[in-house]
Amino acid sequence: MTRREGSAFSGLGVVFLKEFADQLSGTRMRLLEALIVLTAMATIYAAIQTIKNVVGEDVFLFLRLFTTAKEPLPSFVAFAGFLVPLLAIALGFDAVNGEFQRRTLGRVLSQPIYRDALLFGKYLAGLATLALVLLAVWLLVTGLGILFTGLAPSGEEVARSLLYLAATLAYGGVWLAVALFFSVVFKSPTTSALAAIGVWLFFTVFWGMIAGLLAPVISPVHYGFPEEVLRQAQTELALARIAPSTLYAEATLALLQPEVRALGPVLPAQLEGMVLGTPLPLSQSVLLVWPQFAGLIAASVLFFTLAYVVFQRMEIRA
Amino acid sequence: MMAAIETKGLTKRYGRLVAVEDLDLVVERGEVFGILGPNGSGKTTTILMLLGLTEPSAGTVRVLGRDPVREPLKVKRRVGYLPDTVGFYDELSGRENLRYTAALNGMRGPAVEARIEELLGQMGLLDAADRPVRTYSRGMKQRLGLADVLLKEPELVILDEPTLGLDPQAAHEFLTLIRSLKERGLTVLLSSHLLHQVQAITDRVGLFRKGRMELVGSVPELAKRVLGGAYRIRVRAEGEGLEAALGAIPGVIRVRREPGGYLLETERDLRPDVARAVVREGGRLFALELEEPSLDEVYRAYFEEVKRDAA
Repeated sequence: MTRREGSAFSGLGVVFLKEFADQLSGTRMRLLEALIVLTAMATIYAAIQTIKNVVGEDVFLFLRLFTTAKEPLPSFVAFAGFLVPLLAIALGFDAVNGEFQRRTLGRVLSQPIYRDALLFGKYLAGLATLALVLLAVWLLVTGLGILFTGLAPSGEEVARSLLYLAATLAYGGVWLAVALFFSVVFKSPTTSALAAIGVWLFFTVFWGMIAGLLAPVISPVHYGFPEEVLRQAQTELALARIAPSTLYAEATLALLQPEVRALGPVLPAQLEGMVLGTPLPLSQSVLLVWPQFAGLIAASVLFFTLAYVVFQRMEIRA
Repeated sequence: MMAAIETKGLTKRYGRLVAVEDLDLVVERGEVFGILGPNGSGKTTTILMLLGLTEPSAGTVRVLGRDPVREPLKVKRRVGYLPDTVGFYDELSGRENLRYTAALNGMRGPAVEARIEELLGQMGLLDAADRPVRTYSRGMKQRLGLADVLLKEPELVILDEPTLGLDPQAAHEFLTLIRSLKERGLTVLLSSHLLHQVQAITDRVGLFRKGRMELVGSVPELAKRVLGGAYRIRVRAEGEGLEAALGAIPGVIRVRREPGGYLLETERDLRPDVARAVVREGGRLFALELEEPSLDEVYRAYFEEVKRDAA
């Protein structure tokens, strides 16, 4: 068969703008914004209460805003790790089957665009919406921080928190792609929402336990040699890293806590000459989380590709 | 000039189920062609293949001289399609829905707004143009669908069950709109199972059954082939021995008794001969009318015949 004619992206901009406008004007968005803003304010306020006492003792005070928890509230980072996947799923779970239900799919696909443009436009619109929300929250947090502590963030703190934002977006992108995939696979939006949330729960809650159970089976410790123990720990970590939430947690940790120097088991020999507790320069932290970043993007690409393949073969008749 | 639609040996299989089998269809430019058949006879599958929305299992398709599988964008730019259950974005207004379609077709600028306004006017939707589509009635949505189809100024319009779910008045109005497309020089392909409506607006029809198009032609042609006689004359008359006398007229194929008279199937318009025969036999003639065969009858007779043959 000859190559098909025309660009796969004609109409992409049109689909993107329409979907973006839909996302921003929808009721769903209002609810999610309210939820995110409330949690941001509550956690930041709580964090400020805690760190007010240590002002001047910490070089990276601003980053502590994100990571400090005060009972009973978890830290902002913990909240975001929990809410962002939900937000992403909410933005994507009915992307394709919603069109199918409204019977607009046939009409739209009979216009001179490829299916690629529709799917990719929807994904990009979801990602842009997510980016917009995250940026707004970031500004809110920074603003509140300046207001309550009276300190301006340093350049490195801004850079680190923006990188954290980028990591969060990449993490959200994974769940958006998962939601998009299920919206192609299942005809009913309810089913696709449940399936996406199910996968998210599985990886966030259960995968860690399963990794813990599987590691001794794959790399058993027979005689108690240090090598065996180390291998088992490495196996467990490798398994855990299949879950996007693990990758995201590691990226967050290294970006927002500059003193973190390794993500995984460290041997005493490697600690020689190391000054513990001193922060890493930004470039080194970025180097440390680069694989995690790449992993998150790869997971998005994987799920988007799956969605794409299924969508191309989908029968559009009711 | 090339035909608007031309298929050869077009076949679509879903696993072991054959949805469309060996379809040879030619629709000339400027023609209104109706594809008819019971549900599940392959009408919609055929339409989707013409648009390149479903890939054929075998055979070739040419729409406006192009292959919809290999050059889908070129085909879709010139073909308007109204699905059987047309849907719009409910929260957007009719005008905004049309704007989206225009943008997807790469149409921009003030000319587009004027075109949208004109089409909304033609469809009688100007008053509702800025209301969300969720407040529209079924008939209004259907008319918005037609506006949506005509927006890109297509050369060929494909309508799948355009009158489905419309009340008789709305259906009639909608069909008048469709018929007016022919006057603009458009080619129209429509599918339906509402036969008397299709008869009123089509030039030719194709009868589908179990994935095969079994009969093609204009309604009188089909009537001749299926019903035998192309003409039917209804005689209201009383008198002795009329049945035999009527049957003896050259050109009469069949005489059937009806309450108050007879129904004749004839090869030609034999009304003068029938009148003469009744008078000659001393019968009393009340009325004499030539009846156009309806597509309903053709359809029923054809499918009954097929069923009998199968039994």
